[in-house]
Formats: sequence, C-alpha cells, structure tokens
Amino acid sequence: MRKVPVVLAAALAVSLAGCTLTEGDSDTGSGGKKVVLVTHDSWAAPKDLLDEFKNDTGITIDVRKVGDAGALTNQLVLTKDDPIGDIAFGVDNTFASRALEENVFAAYRSPDADKGAQRYQVDDSGRLTAIDTGDVCLNIDPAAFAAKRVPEPKTYADLTKTEYRDMLVVEDPATSSPGLAFLLGTIASLGEDGWREYWVALKGVGMKVVSGWEEAYTQDFSGSSGQGDRPIVVSYASSPAAEVGKDGKPATKALLDTCFRQVEYAGVLNGAKDPDSARKVLDFLLSEKFQAAVPESMYVYPARSGVELPKAWQQAAPQPKSSATLPPADIQQNRERWIDEWRGLVQG
Amino acid sequence: MPLGFLAVFFVWPVVAILRLGLGEGGVLTVLASPETWRLVAFTVGQAAASTAVALVAGLPVAFLLARTSLPGLGFVRVVILVPFVLPTVVVGLAFRTLLPDGGAFAIVLANSFFNVAVVARTVAGLWSHLDRRAPDAARSLGASPLRAFTSVTLPALAPAIGSAAAVVFLFCATSFGVVLILGGSRLRTLETEIYLRTVELLDLSGAAALSLLQLAAVVAALSVGAVARRRRESALRLRAPASVARRPSGGEWVVVGVALAVVGSLMLPIVVLVSRSLAGGLAGYRALGSTGYAGSLQVSGVDAALNSVRAATDATFLAVTLGALASVVLVSLSRSRVRRGFVETMDTALMLPLGVSAVTVGFGYLITLNLLPGDLRTSPVLVPLAQALVVTPLVIRLLLPVLRSIDSRLRQAAASLGASPLRVWREVDVPLAGRSLLTAIAFGYVVALGEFGATSFLARPDTATLPVAIARLLSRPGELNNQMAYAACTLLILVTIAAVAIVESVRVPGRAAVGEF
Repeated sequence: MRKVPVVLAAALAVSLAGCTLTEGDSDTGSGGKKVVLVTHDSWAAPKDLLDEFKNDTGITIDVRKVGDAGALTNQLVLTKDDPIGDIAFGVDNTFASRALEENVFAAYRSPDADKGAQRYQVDDSGRLTAIDTGDVCLNIDPAAFAAKRVPEPKTYADLTKTEYRDMLVVEDPATSSPGLAFLLGTIASLGEDGWREYWVALKGVGMKVVSGWEEAYTQDFSGSSGQGDRPIVVSYASSPAAEVGKDGKPATKALLDTCFRQVEYAGVLNGAKDPDSARKVLDFLLSEKFQAAVPESMYVYPARSGVELPKAWQQAAPQPKSSATLPPADIQQNRERWIDEWRGLVQG
Repeated sequence: MPLGFLAVFFVWPVVAILRLGLGEGGVLTVLASPETWRLVAFTVGQAAASTAVALVAGLPVAFLLARTSLPGLGFVRVVILVPFVLPTVVVGLAFRTLLPDGGAFAIVLANSFFNVAVVARTVAGLWSHLDRRAPDAARSLGASPLRAFTSVTLPALAPAIGSAAAVVFLFCATSFGVVLILGGSRLRTLETEIYLRTVELLDLSGAAALSLLQLAAVVAALSVGAVARRRRESALRLRAPASVARRPSGGEWVVVGVALAVVGSLMLPIVVLVSRSLAGGLAGYRALGSTGYAGSLQVSGVDAALNSVRAATDATFLAVTLGALASVVLVSLSRSRVRRGFVETMDTALMLPLGVSAVTVGFGYLITLNLLPGDLRTSPVLVPLAQALVVTPLVIRLLLPVLRSIDSRLRQAAASLGASPLRVWREVDVPLAGRSLLTAIAFGYVVALGEFGATSFLARPDTATLPVAIARLLSRPGELNNQMAYAACTLLILVTIAAVAIVESVRVPGRAAVGEF
C-alpha cells in the first residue's frame, strides 16, 4: 500500500524538478554518445576544448564532481558493482592503491600513455593512467623576509631554526590533501625515524596548524590576499603563478626542495556503459591540447612530456625537478597510522 | 506520501549504509574507546551551549519583532535571516578574523550566529499572538516587569522556545564547516569525525558506530522538544488579535537595546566579509561579470546568481509542497481518531533528517538509489529532494501549530453549510495558515539558496550556484579570485534579502503569523 505514494512522490519530484534544474542537460540529448566523467571538485577544462572533442567524436562529456580525491575514490569503491559513471579522473597516488585493490578500474592502455605518463605508472596492467602531477611545496613571501632581514629558508631543516619562529602555517593531514602530502613529503625525505622528531621541532618553533588550505593560504599566509602574519605556508609549486603582480613578477615563491609529488590518474571504470567512448575520453585527456591546458585550468603540471608550460609559469612556477614521493601501497597501508601518530605528536 | 518520501530518501539510505558498516564489525571497539565518548561530550556540550546562546540572543529579538512597533522592523525581520544563507566556510573565515584564537568559544558563537533567526522568528510567531492583558494584569497586581515576564509570559512561550531549541540543537549538533575551520583539528565533533571516517578513510564501521550515537543524541533532544510541544496545546488558546505591538516603554527599552545589540553583532561577521570584498577596490565586483582569474569558474558570477535563484525556486517549491502535505497529513491524522502517540512519532520522525549527518545520507544514496528507476544517484533532481529533507521539518514546525489551532467548529460550520472537504481546506485552513506558509517559503528559500553540500556534489560545472562558485574561488590562489569570492558573497546576501523581502511583502489580509519551529 505504501508503494504507490512512493512512486507518486518520485514521479512528482522528477517532473517538478525537471523544469529548470536539468536544463543544462538539454544539449546532451541530441542523439550523440554521452560519457559520464566522475571527478573531484578541482576539475576544470576549457569549454572550447570539450566542444571541439564533441564535434570530432560525437561524444559529450558529462562531468559529475563528487568531492575531493578521497571522497571520489571512496564513492567509486562503494559503487563498484554499479558505477556512477564511465570514466573517473582525479584518484591520486595517495588513494590509487585502494582503488586498484578494489578493482574499480578496467585495464586500458592509451596509445599516448607511453609519451610521458608512464613515468608515474602505478599499475602494470594499465588500469590507471597518469594525467597530471601537482607538487605540494612550502611557499614563502620573500618580501616579508626582506623586511625582517632574515634569509629565506630553503630546506625542511631550515624551518626548525629559531629565526623562523612563528612563521609557518600548515594544514592538518587528517582534513586537508596538501596537509597530508606535506606530511608524506617529510616522511619520504626524513624517513620513518626522522619525521617524528622533525615535527616535534616544528611544534617547538611555533608552527600553526589549521584545517584547510583556504584558512592557511588566504588568511594566515602573508603573501596572498589575506595578508596574514605568517610568511611560510604549505601550498603548491604552481601557486606563485597566480600571484603575479602588475610588474609581471610573482609575489611569492615555492621552495622546490620541499616538494611532494601528487599524481592524478584517470581510468575507465569497470562496468562502464560505453567503454569504447570512455576510452576515447581517456585518450582525449592525454592529448597534447588537453595536456597543454591543464596548468591554467587546474593548477597542475601535464603528465605528458614535451608539453610547454604557459609563459607566466616558466618564470613563476617551474616544475620541481626532484619531488619526493612514496609508493602508493605504502601510503595506503600506513596513512591512518601516520595521521594518528602525527596528531599525537603535534596536538598531544 | 511524506512518510513514503522519508522512507525512500532517508530511512532506506541511512539503514543501508549503517548495515554495511555494522556488517564489518568493530563497532564495539569504537564504542568502547574513551576518545569516542570525548567526541560525544564535546558534540553535545557545544550544541547545548550554542543553543543556550542562540536562545539568550534570540529572545530579545523576538520581543522586538513581536511586541514593539518601531520603524525598520521589517528590515530587521529580513536581515536576521541572512546568516542562514552564508556558506559555512565564509562564516568560518569571518569568525577567524574576529576571533583569531578560535576554539570552542568561537564555535559556539558561530553556531549561534546561524541560529538566532530560528529562535527569534519562531518565538516571535507565538509571542505576537499572546494576549497582552495577562502580563498587564499581573503588573497591575503589583508584579515587577521581570516577575510578570517570568511567571506569565515565559510559561506561555515555553512551547515555542522548546521547539526552537530542539531545532537549533539539531543544527548545532550536526554543524560541520564551522567546527572544522574554527576547531582546527583539536576540537572535533561526531559530525566531523563521521565525515572523515566515511569520506576520507572509508571506515564504514567506525562511521556507523558514531552515526548510531549521533542518532541516539538526536532522538533524546527531539523527545525533550516533543515534551515541551505537548504543553503548548493550552497555550494556543490564548490566541488573540494581533494588536499586541506598541511603542516600548520604561524598562522595555533595555530589552530593545539588547535586541538591537544582538542584531548589530549578527551584522558584524557580515560587515567583515563585505569589507573583505572591497579590499581591492571594486575589482572583485567587476570580476563578477567574468569567470574569475584564469577562468577559475565555468560560469560568470552573475550566471551563478541566476542559477542559484532558479535552483532555489525549484527546490523551495518541491520542499514546501512536501512539507505542507506532511503537515496536512499530520493534522488530518490528529483530527481523526488515530492514536496520538502515532502522530507524535511521525512528527518526530520527520524531524530526524536534521539530526543525521548529511554524509551518511549521501553515501547511503550511492548504494540504494541505483535500484530505483532512473538512477537518481548523480541526477540534479536529487538536489531539491535532499533540500526537501531539511526544509520539510521546518515547514511542519511552522504550519502544524496554526493548523492545529484552527477551531474545529469553524470547519464543522463550513461542512454543514455544504462545503466539500476540499472546499473546507480552501476556505478555512489555507487563509488562516497563509501567513505561516509564507514564512515557511521564506525559510525554505533561504535554506535552498545557501545549500552547498548536495549542490556541490550534483551541480554541473556550468550550472554552478553562488555557494558552489564561492567555494571554488576560495579554493584557488590569486588575489582576484579571493576578492571575487567575497564579492559573490555580497551578491548572495543581496539576492537573499531581495528574495525574502519579496516573499514577506505578500500580505495575507487580517491574519498574522503563528509559528514555531
């Protein structure tokens, strides 16, 4: 007896909400193929590229953003028997292992996968293809150091010196993806033995911990919009490209010896409705045109080699040459323990 | 039908995800951990403190709105709703500016900032219908103004206060964004921990254990609210014509002063973010016509505003329809001979979505809604449906008391004059409840305009709403993006004020609102 009203409610809801909300979909129903791309909140792509792809292939890419990289991975895992899309982009090296273990992705090696993306390969069977890399590094506000007549820090070790007291703001690795990457960077560089001591030392010189990048970068950091009182912040190697002033020079600087490399992958989902078209979308993500656009649209570096960075980037945000990294399986296995230990050290 | 909606879009997903979590075992380990109980204590503690602050701050404002006739009250009535619509990340950042040390104090203030309007509007709804002669009689018998208030007015208001307190408690117990930003990682609540375990760690058993605790706390809070509501039946007979507002006199000016101070401090975080939007001159506002620095958005700020208005209109329409239907069902049930316990259980059940973590519901959708025809899991249709879960309880709390208070003799008279049951509703109930329905629509609109969680999951990049665009702009480096984010906030505030003002300007002649939450 209760079933009838339920169906009625659903039908009513669909017909009501159909009026304006789904308007954005109307151009996708024109007979061509549709591929649902599940991705994270940071996804962005130039509209003209997507239109061009549609003209060339007849495939419309329907983008569904589902939270950050962690939320994306976990939603894919939960829905692996009946996936919410055909292809996913944005599972990174800190979550790749979970997605691979759970068999979320189907094997597919794009013809372009050996043009640079193979450098970041995580899986021999080709279920995940690297699309871009983003480097989490310390950023500094050089003007603040000039004003204080303190030399700019360069390495992890510099930060524990007393002259840098109360200057650093970092994000909590439990709640922030750059925060986690920075912690992983210290673990990769200083080893299982060294990282704990290091963080205790950072705490000793007045490091500030906040929950998210927004608070750290736009409020506490002195080099950007918030003009806070901390000249050192955990952000990205690419951030200075957004801080280029009227004189054409970046107002901030990334410390390239303190970077951890985040690699973002794409893969065709097991159970995709139209795997052929999904593979074409993956080829598109690796194409030279798309790769050339990723810096400006998503603040990351192309995974493909030989793709030129935008001019402003070459000066303000060169790609770090030697970023630290950890095997995804290690990250998967230890993430929770590391975060717990970190909490104990820094907040205990 | 409301029950069916609740069953499909709330109970089923929540039960499914809890079962998945409980199936993994390990729940007892979580329940046995002292850390878990610290979370419970802090969650309940901060929610109780926030509720208390919201009550203390909201009651003078309720007095101002209900019992005084001063110029500009219409503006106050509208403007106190603004906090409701602001993205929590923006409010969190504003409170960090005002209280750099953050901590529990800042969390409590921020939570009550969001909820003063709930208390003020709910209590004012009832207060403006209380007969002025009762406290006046007490005064002429020699009671001090305070005594008259505490022994005559306050007991009469208790049901509305209890109701408002229950809703505010639910909102505060499940508040997420401000706790995350202001609590750093030291101060955590059940809600933030459920989010982390579900979204980042995929520790469903731990999340299930915490969700069960959250549910228990919520049911306890709702029961307290229900007890307070039960006492109201007699209170409503005090209804009198709404000519209870007059110029304040004597000590009442003190209360008015306090109320204005509260309204002033509500404006403080808003002033912070408006001034932030002007930090770079008008650059942020000029950028609203564009898509941000280096194309941060796929739509311009102006388009995002239009998207917001469109989406909110749909969602409000759907949510208010569902909420009104639920109220009608509940009131019809209580008018017929259904057992009172059943009606109250149903009433409480419809409130539950306010007290359960959105992420629990959202992840529940992922593993259930694909079984329905049309796979709603990633459909934009889910946005108004999810919002309806939040708005429906508010609508019910506003409409139900009015519908219940309608004299059944009026309806019987209409029926005996030959009106069909439908006609009775149209001629008697709708006109009497019209004003409350408008208030409900205003609240629904504000909730829908400010909605972020479900929208950010489901909105396409080219249909981004203002809150989604603001979050996007704030999450990117670059000064212009930041200024534009704050300019977009100002735009959101203006859109909200305009929308609420339009809704509120519709007058139902001769009637005034009775409402509670």
